[in-house]
Amino acid sequence: MSPRPGFVLEVDRSTPSTLFWHGEGFRLEKLPVGSRVLYAPEPFAALKDPDAAIRHALEHPLGDSQPLRSLLRPGMRLTIAFDDISLPLPPMRSPDVRQRVIEAVLDLAAAAGVDDVVLIAALALHRRMTDDELRHILGSRIFDAFAPHGLLWQHDAEDPSQLVHLGRTDEGEDVELNRRAVESDLLVYVNINLVAMDGGHKSVATGLASYKSLRHHHNVRTMRASKSFMDRHRSQLHTSNWRMGRLIAESGMRIFQIETTLNTDTFPAEFRFLQRREWEWSVRDRASFLAASSALDRTPPELARRIFHAVKAPHEMTSVQAGEVEAVHDRTLSMVHAQQLVHVDGQTDVLTMGLPYICPYNVNSIMNPILVACLGLGYFFNLYQGKPLVREGGVVILSHPTPWAFNPVHHPSYIDFFEQVLAETTDLLEIESKYEEAFATDPWYRHLYRTSYAYHGVHPFYMWYWCAHALEHVGRVIVVGGDRAAVRRLGFSPASTLADALEIASDVVGRDPTITHLHVPPLLIADVS
Amino acid sequence: MRALVFERNLARFAASKVAAAVAGSGHGVGVGPLELLEIDPPDLPSQRWVRLAPRLSGICGSDLATLDGRSSRYFERIVSFPFVPGHEIVADATGGVFDGARVVVEPVLGCEARGIDPPCQACAGGHRGACEHLAFGDLAPGLQTGFCADTGGGWGAGLVAHESQLWAVPEGFTDEDAVMVEPTACAVHAACSAGLESGASVVVLGAGTLGLCTIASLRAFTLPGRLLAVAKHPEQRRLAAELGADLVVKPEETRRAARRLASTLALGPDGGRVERLAGGVDVVFDCVGSADSLEECLSIVRPGGEIVLVGMPGVVRLDLAPLWQREVRLRGAYAYGTELRPDGPRRTFELAFELVASAGLGRLVSAAYPLERYEEAVAHAAAAGRRGAEKIVFDLRRPARRRPGGAQEAPGPGGAKDEHGPGGAKDEHGPTGAPDHKESP
Repeated sequence: MSPRPGFVLEVDRSTPSTLFWHGEGFRLEKLPVGSRVLYAPEPFAALKDPDAAIRHALEHPLGDSQPLRSLLRPGMRLTIAFDDISLPLPPMRSPDVRQRVIEAVLDLAAAAGVDDVVLIAALALHRRMTDDELRHILGSRIFDAFAPHGLLWQHDAEDPSQLVHLGRTDEGEDVELNRRAVESDLLVYVNINLVAMDGGHKSVATGLASYKSLRHHHNVRTMRASKSFMDRHRSQLHTSNWRMGRLIAESGMRIFQIETTLNTDTFPAEFRFLQRREWEWSVRDRASFLAASSALDRTPPELARRIFHAVKAPHEMTSVQAGEVEAVHDRTLSMVHAQQLVHVDGQTDVLTMGLPYICPYNVNSIMNPILVACLGLGYFFNLYQGKPLVREGGVVILSHPTPWAFNPVHHPSYIDFFEQVLAETTDLLEIESKYEEAFATDPWYRHLYRTSYAYHGVHPFYMWYWCAHALEHVGRVIVVGGDRAAVRRLGFSPASTLADALEIASDVVGRDPTITHLHVPPLLIADVS
Repeated sequence: MRALVFERNLARFAASKVAAAVAGSGHGVGVGPLELLEIDPPDLPSQRWVRLAPRLSGICGSDLATLDGRSSRYFERIVSFPFVPGHEIVADATGGVFDGARVVVEPVLGCEARGIDPPCQACAGGHRGACEHLAFGDLAPGLQTGFCADTGGGWGAGLVAHESQLWAVPEGFTDEDAVMVEPTACAVHAACSAGLESGASVVVLGAGTLGLCTIASLRAFTLPGRLLAVAKHPEQRRLAAELGADLVVKPEETRRAARRLASTLALGPDGGRVERLAGGVDVVFDCVGSADSLEECLSIVRPGGEIVLVGMPGVVRLDLAPLWQREVRLRGAYAYGTELRPDGPRRTFELAFELVASAGLGRLVSAAYPLERYEEAVAHAAAAGRRGAEKIVFDLRRPARRRPGGAQEAPGPGGAKDEHGPGGAKDEHGPTGAPDHKESP
């Protein structure tokens, strides 16, 4: 039986309560009659033999690329770059698709007699990964073969000796990339395309770039003009990356891009109710929900966080394609859209979202208030193509505990950004002009980024900019059940309950608004007409 | 005359210390050595002394430390008992060259007031705060008016002061402005004597009255690069920003904020936690004076930097290894004297008068109490920050002399409210008197 497509439910009197994610917990909310609830399509079937599919993709590349086998030769310098821990979410069960793909690439390289091979985690300005995290992504065979010999690198965007300035695009954008990648005879990039935003030229032009390069598209102006991040042709973020990608190609750098797509099978059996629509919950689903909810109610937040971060997703690979970047990415996007697109008629006055415990930047960590804002307004708000789900001037209601809590190891500059910058202003342009450079060049953040497990000093700015389009578009943002002080610091309105939030929203959208709930994850992209 | 008298009574002293330790600062007054008594006015030690009738007299942090039994025994030889506390004083003078004038008292009892001639080197150089003769001369020991058995103090209906201690209050100054001159002078001295270089990074730790006045002084008389203030309570944070802090943070944010200010590396567990800074800020003004605040100073000051101790410390237990290893200078800033300014030497009090006027520091006076309600007054002063207040004063004016809009009498029992919002206690109380502060006494 083929998986059912996404679904837009109209709430009536018999509709059961709707499950909202609420950090490391859930809320059951009774949405007003007439509200819409958007559900993701059911997971596509997995590739029956993913390893064979990978080998086939390597042998039958897209675009003007030759098969990988023919690009490999003894004495060459080969670099394999791969997406970091920010993908997929939650982290997938072993074996990770990156492991499968890289093993296949290494097998071909070994057969061709290539012995100068380096693996590079394409961190951009993300935190370095721990050995355990790398081992989970790559598998023990690869990790043990490369890490002890210093051949498993994590891109360091702050090491001038390891960066090369390739030039400037027609728009004057600096392209500065990892030297090893640039100076290799072949760069193989191994990607996971969880959402339409990932992949394409963004893989190399962002993942292996420096702050000098990234600042050209990770800025308020570009983010505001990206409508949405999931719609490549209407995203200035992507347009800039594509300009850079073409400059990279013109520079002579040879890239063999391998992209993979995953299905929406996001949660394991014990959380199967999260995959299902509430009115279809079985007795077992209800029992699982009640057991999970009551246990979480009694569990200290830190322990609940650890439990959730131990969850591994049963994601399965639905496609793999390799070859020339743009040809590969076009195929990838069509697969992502097939799995995730849900047609939605018209916009809504109020958009509600339950935010889970995880976003790309807090794997094995705390979802701090800035990341709450980014997940809600940067990621979920942008899960559309066509028009935003919420109308201009409408209201977004987020549900999340939004604790005033940070992981000082992962997010040191976030703490200072929250305590000192947002305390003064939430204005994007003012923040960008007044504070960004100081944070980006701060020696302590730089030191921690390079030697510890910290996100780059500028990263909280990017997370805040990520909200730029939403903040410009909506009339108010309300957070249900959040730490009130933290919510206010973000410039949002706190509410105790959804009913309170709707009451607050009525100041902006009136007493009888249309309401749409984005029931993610599992993820979907709303195709709004 | 009626006055609050601090007796040397070891049993009461111990009781107040225990009560303050158990119930918090300001709660030991009822059982302590301070009593409201009917006493004789002090004698005039010489013809150069005049009688003063206080209008307002402030409650200072050092007063609270004394009442709580937290003061260092160091002071035992330079105070004399019984004494009437109160050294932040605006008063009406009778006799001498100030006869009929409204005056502010510069309370240090140096060589001139003590009839010592020739004066010590410090007094001769205009640095009266560093007088060597505080236990000698014509007066009983006492470092200041308000700690000397012979002079009386501001917490009584009358006291005596040497002409050299008096400053005429300018026209246009309210009593509230005038009572702020002495604490402001302490802050001015701290700012001016720190030897701050232009562009230096500065942290002011603590934003009670002294901290706020220090911020204002630094802005008025020095050229710091960036000035970070650390304030515990919302009203303090608001005022600190108003008075010139570039950035105001909560105490728990101090180290991170100082690190950013100094743009330095930091040391701590797990990398991202800040235990102390590798470099640090140039100068830290400690306006708290506790072991914790000193430890904080040492964690954020740069090697070779300076900590200026503005708040009065007592006995503290402190690891001085960083002071030694990083060659940090620790210096006190007590009282006032003469400051070297670009336009020549200036008396600290002159500068303080200017600053009170230009920064509007009279607004820091939050509530006034009659002497009879001294227990409430002290408790309010001890909890001032938490209650949204800054300076608490005793109001010894006759009702007819009280000024609307000035420091208003605090509400009586049952009417007092904690957690005052912005505007402080004064906003909550109706006027209790009529204007006449410009009238001659």
